[in-house]
Amino acid sequence: MNKFADLFLTFARIGGLTFGGGYAMLPILQREVVEKRGWASEEELMDYYAIGQCTPGIIAVNTATFIGQRTAGIAGGIIATLGVVFPSLIIISVIAAFIQNFADLAVVQNAFAGIRVCVCVLIFNAVMKLWKKSVIDRKTLAIFIVVMMGSVLTDLSPIVFVILAAAAGIFLQNKEVQAK
Amino acid sequence: MMVYLQLFYEFFKAGLFAIGGGMATLPFLYDISDKTGWYSYGQLADMVAISESTPGPIGVNMATYVGFTTCGVPGAVIATLGLITPSIIIILIIAGFLKAFKDNKYVKSAFYGLRPASTGLIAAAGLSVLSLVLLNKDAYAVSGSFMDLFSLPGLIMMAVLYYFTAKCKKTKGLHPVVFIAASAVIGIVFRFAGV
Repeated sequence: MNKFADLFLTFARIGGLTFGGGYAMLPILQREVVEKRGWASEEELMDYYAIGQCTPGIIAVNTATFIGQRTAGIAGGIIATLGVVFPSLIIISVIAAFIQNFADLAVVQNAFAGIRVCVCVLIFNAVMKLWKKSVIDRKTLAIFIVVMMGSVLTDLSPIVFVILAAAAGIFLQNKEVQAK
Repeated sequence: MMVYLQLFYEFFKAGLFAIGGGMATLPFLYDISDKTGWYSYGQLADMVAISESTPGPIGVNMATYVGFTTCGVPGAVIATLGLITPSIIIILIIAGFLKAFKDNKYVKSAFYGLRPASTGLIAAAGLSVLSLVLLNKDAYAVSGSFMDLFSLPGLIMMAVLYYFTAKCKKTKGLHPVVFIAASAVIGIVFRFAGV
């Protein structure tokens, strides 16, 4: 089979089989990319994944671009990425159209009022998980509090906080190294 | 035409500045709602639930959903392309000098600051959903009583859900779709929307 078609279909399958994004994707990536296709070794995959986590954007998308690029150059990177988002486009468009037509029904409104409570808890759990990896000392705690309060109390774009936090990280870490 | 361009631009920004996976796009989606009024906070919470319950990366699903709500299928495609374009560009560049990037001390120290900031932004977005769910601003405005300000059923349900999603060993590994479906049933049975 054509390599590009193979990349597209493989990543479309990975996108369609992943429930819940980035972290849930790793086992499927291992099976499809490492074991079945041999596009990357286990170690390479972990590297791509680690970089995908700490570069801007969606982890699943970043990892797909990475593996595609390594397998078949720039075009490969683009095609693998389009593959991984393709199932979402179809599935979500169908569901969104469906829900738009039924949004006024009492049963749908009640269901979503219940679901919103659950979304709250799910976001809280996501924050707790990220907290363990990101708030590791007093300085990171300070950054967390300042950004959270700033975001709640002002209308500033999240971009402002992201840029300031990166600058703060570089300043705090390198000042420390010099002091030693 | 303008709305397509704006959609692409807004999601391009989210893709460029959201760090740490799908949920990290959430603060940007709230920001877009504030600025454009394309959808309400309530609608956004529903989109999060659906994005968690369907296959595909959450961030991509949310972009598609917001795009579709704003201007149909073309909107869905354009929002998603906007979101992934920065990723493609950045990763293609980094792939060229993989090791140098990973070991660079400035990259490492920038992420030392970025990670807690990203967590803080998501926490702030979570607080917006929380106030939507727990506070009855309308009832409070009518009665002026603090008892009416908080939604008791919402509080109880939240505590129960927290136990099953984060504490109870038997259930916390279950997929979120299980809890979302259960919450939908509870919402219907107890008429959470009051209709």
